[in-house]
Amino acid sequence: MTGLPEKTMRKMGLVIDLDTCVGCHACVVSCKGWNTENYGAPLSDQDPYGADSSGTFLNRVHSYEVQPEAGAAQLVHFPKSCLHCEDAPCVTVCPTGASYKRVEDGIVLVNESDCIGCGLCAWACPYGAREIDAAEGVMKKCTLCVDRIYNENLPEVDRVPACVRTCPSGARHFGDLGDPDSDVSQLVAERGGMDLMPEQGTKPVNKYLPPRPKDRTQHAPAGEIDILAPLLAPVAEEPRGFVGWLDKMLEKV
Amino acid sequence: MHPAPSVIVFTTLSGLGFGLLFWLGLGMPASEGWVAAVFFAIAFGLSVGGLLASTFHLGRPERALKAFSQWRTSWLSREAVCSVAALLVMGLYAALVVLAGVRVDWLGWIGAALSAGTVFTTSMIYAQMKTVPRWNTALTPALFLAVSLGGGALLAGQVGIAPWLLTLAAAVQLAWWVRGDRALAQSGTDMASATGLGHIGAVRAFESPHSGNNYLLREFVHVVGRKHGVKLRAIAMSLGYMVPVLVLVLPFSHLMALLAVIAHLAGMAASRWLFFAEAEHVVGLYYGKR
Repeated sequence: MTGLPEKTMRKMGLVIDLDTCVGCHACVVSCKGWNTENYGAPLSDQDPYGADSSGTFLNRVHSYEVQPEAGAAQLVHFPKSCLHCEDAPCVTVCPTGASYKRVEDGIVLVNESDCIGCGLCAWACPYGAREIDAAEGVMKKCTLCVDRIYNENLPEVDRVPACVRTCPSGARHFGDLGDPDSDVSQLVAERGGMDLMPEQGTKPVNKYLPPRPKDRTQHAPAGEIDILAPLLAPVAEEPRGFVGWLDKMLEKV
Repeated sequence: MHPAPSVIVFTTLSGLGFGLLFWLGLGMPASEGWVAAVFFAIAFGLSVGGLLASTFHLGRPERALKAFSQWRTSWLSREAVCSVAALLVMGLYAALVVLAGVRVDWLGWIGAALSAGTVFTTSMIYAQMKTVPRWNTALTPALFLAVSLGGGALLAGQVGIAPWLLTLAAAVQLAWWVRGDRALAQSGTDMASATGLGHIGAVRAFESPHSGNNYLLREFVHVVGRKHGVKLRAIAMSLGYMVPVLVLVLPFSHLMALLAVIAHLAGMAASRWLFFAEAEHVVGLYYGKR
């Protein structure tokens, strides 16, 4: 049955730092690379080298411009994938029981052999975290790399989701958000981690760390053109030595 | 939302078919023999045809039987169960009426309840979607039921009650449109809550994740054709409700009744097209398309 578990033993998820993300899309590429050849059906592309290419992705990076009332606009890169919600609306709408939330770690998964590709779970998700694969006709979504995180064939350092492992700016963190003492929970508490669309009542497990305030350039004191002006003043008023001699000679010519 | 033809055909035809089954189950009209056979054939043709059309939008239609299993949580599953139950009960009722000339009243009442229940479960698939504020209202099941029972009464030749039900449906339709046009703004979901960046300043989508198209944009960010929204609403209102009501209050003729049914179907198709095309899914916010 596609009921949600009342409680999960752990709440595995991601913490995404909007302050340090540089928008390089490496997480998008590594996600597609790992997930197209491991758990479930491949992530197909349609017309990949043509004029109208499109494909299935489990993680996409948006970019937003935020304009404060005063001061310069800020550009925020915004990776978005399944948030593994505690109150996942995608699970309860599923007519076949293909969508489920795991009791042991809270990961939301799709049993692809039960999926009829009706698309209702994607309708129910406010975040756009689910996409029907056009070639396979089944729903694809982030698995939190369930085939990596417990995989004892991989070195321990690699037992994290592919996006986390690859992020070059350290903007992605993985851990148990149900444990208040875990590194990720501490990070969320310290940096004021937030939910996306909290009013939708989905209780996302994944948290986003807001960008820190931007540094501001100091304003120039009144009467000065630039704060660097004192440094630009000439060191010597009258040229001396060789340059002084050259200056005098050229004046005479 | 993408107005998939299969889903528009399904909700329009099956809604009308189950509406007709509702009245036939109540014995209105309590016809017999060949007349009853034709009524039941039209009702089953519309409802079964609609259900079959709905399977065309599935990615894996061969696994459709699995959709009967999750009735405890899923409105889509409840719809599947309810529709098959309605068809089986009404099938038995119809067979007894047509073949044996026996009318089992209580069987018809159960069938009528299941038929109305099917329309209700269909409407709840949409009404439950918090992600589509325009649909997320009790007015959605009210609209589906009023349209289905009104159209069914029209098809069943219930000239007494049909004009009243169709007028009621038109009123609900108007209320649904008026509320729907403000629904997204009133839902509390906007760029600020979607990105969580509203505390810094005004948020604008700067760059999309991809320069190309994707499933989410195709399915949820349909914008083409909205510019004709007002014209289509006028078509839906006049053909779907006003023409049939007008025909019903005029002296009865079979040709005019057929005209009324065709006008009603065309109007409902326009209304259902708008139901999807005008629905704003909140995921569009992430793409700056709202």
